[in-house]
Amino acid sequence: MTGTTTIGVLALQGDVREHVDALERLGVRSIRVRRPAELAECDALVLPGGESTTMFKLARTFELFDPIVERLRDGMPAFGTCAGMIMLADRVVDGIEGQETFGGLDVTVRRNAFGRQVDSFEGPVDVKGFDTALHGVFIRAPWVESAGDGVDVLATVAVGDPAPGESDTRIVAVRQGSLVATSFHPEVGHDDRMHRYFVDLVTTS
Amino acid sequence: MSNEETAVGSARVKRGMAEMLKGGVIMDVVDAEQAKIAEDAGAVAVMALERVPADIRAQGGVARMSDPDLIDGIIEAVSIPVMAKARIGHFVEAQVLQSLGVDYIDESEVLTPADYSNHIDKWAFTVPFVCGATNLGEALRRITEGAAMIRSKGEAGTGDVSNATTHMRQIRQQIRRLQNLPEDELFVAAKELQAPYELVKEVAENGKLPVVLFTAGGIATPADAAMMMQLGAEGVFVGSGIFKSGNPAQRAEAIVKATTFHDDPDVIAKVSRGLGEAMVGINVEDVPEPHRLAERGW
Repeated sequence: MTGTTTIGVLALQGDVREHVDALERLGVRSIRVRRPAELAECDALVLPGGESTTMFKLARTFELFDPIVERLRDGMPAFGTCAGMIMLADRVVDGIEGQETFGGLDVTVRRNAFGRQVDSFEGPVDVKGFDTALHGVFIRAPWVESAGDGVDVLATVAVGDPAPGESDTRIVAVRQGSLVATSFHPEVGHDDRMHRYFVDLVTTS
Repeated sequence: MSNEETAVGSARVKRGMAEMLKGGVIMDVVDAEQAKIAEDAGAVAVMALERVPADIRAQGGVARMSDPDLIDGIIEAVSIPVMAKARIGHFVEAQVLQSLGVDYIDESEVLTPADYSNHIDKWAFTVPFVCGATNLGEALRRITEGAAMIRSKGEAGTGDVSNATTHMRQIRQQIRRLQNLPEDELFVAAKELQAPYELVKEVAENGKLPVVLFTAGGIATPADAAMMMQLGAEGVFVGSGIFKSGNPAQRAEAIVKATTFHDDPDVIAKVSRGLGEAMVGINVEDVPEPHRLAERGW
């Protein structure tokens, strides 16, 4: 990649500023993306936390949906956290009727899988390739219910009371090619390693 | 991940939840049907209450927490977060709402206060709280009590945005003033604001509240919502403005779009067309002072 790298943050709704701040701390040029013209300026895209139902509706209305799908198909790197993970998933469980995602990650994601806000939690997460645990903040978080063969699982967490026959660990971070997604919010955890991981992926691709 | 190191109900988890709502619209709903309309329109959350503020104002009487059946119905109907209102100081209503599994509690001046001296000790709960404020001191006192999100109060149930503007400008102005004070004057500033020094110092350093700041009270049109965003709100609560209007679904959608594109007059103009009647509204000036909700809370 030549010249200055620009990483966009989808800014239809959600914790956009936290992602912009994290990228800027890493010295990366970052812009907010609400329009197709802004998307065109980006080498990569971050999909923030927020409400996936709201993001999908606004992306459709303001004609950003198809351009994003197209760019992802063409190999644009993307990093989604929480709602952003849902937006990158090929399949969603517990979405609302007619809810669409940009897709690209061969995973099935369950919305609000860890429960409601009273079940939201923070704690250490061991991420593949990181020396020490990352502090994960999980807010009404989704998890990856199943992942295709091409998907690299980067992190799992233990769940308290798995249903009979269900696994007692759940996938909370994945990578497939140039797409990365986490159930948790590294952008509010004061730990920039996930963003560094993504920026390295973008600048070396 | 080892279980003993994980935490639920921490300040970061509570405040983080509000961060995820930024740039969005939270809509007052009284039943599951309205909640569904709100979700379909792109609301980031719904607020369950017994009666919308305009009806509370018109009908009078004591306004309380919703019936748990209605709240359950709303939780069942939508996948977005569900907030619910408790009376100021009514910690048992708050305990009930937490046990119902609501995602956020609004300790709200729109309901009749249950305690005229004390607000709820919000640190004692796992569920996060949002509280109203008319100025910075009030906002910081609520944060000291554990509020994880603040909304300017406005004057609910009027459709008159003037108080929302006043309160948002007031909070932002007081923050700017703190930023410009020399450090040795922050002690007196804390005294004047009737807020803890540590919190005052933090606001002076960061130029913002330590929690998310939304706007509320009297927002009835897409332009109202966009103006409040331009004045520095991080998101919008709409109460009576939607379901007291001619075409709730269309108006709800328009307000969501205007909030995201709050700095783009072309979009606001486009979404403002053909919305039908806005809620009729009352001028705040015509509301006798004892009936002004913004003055509840201290």
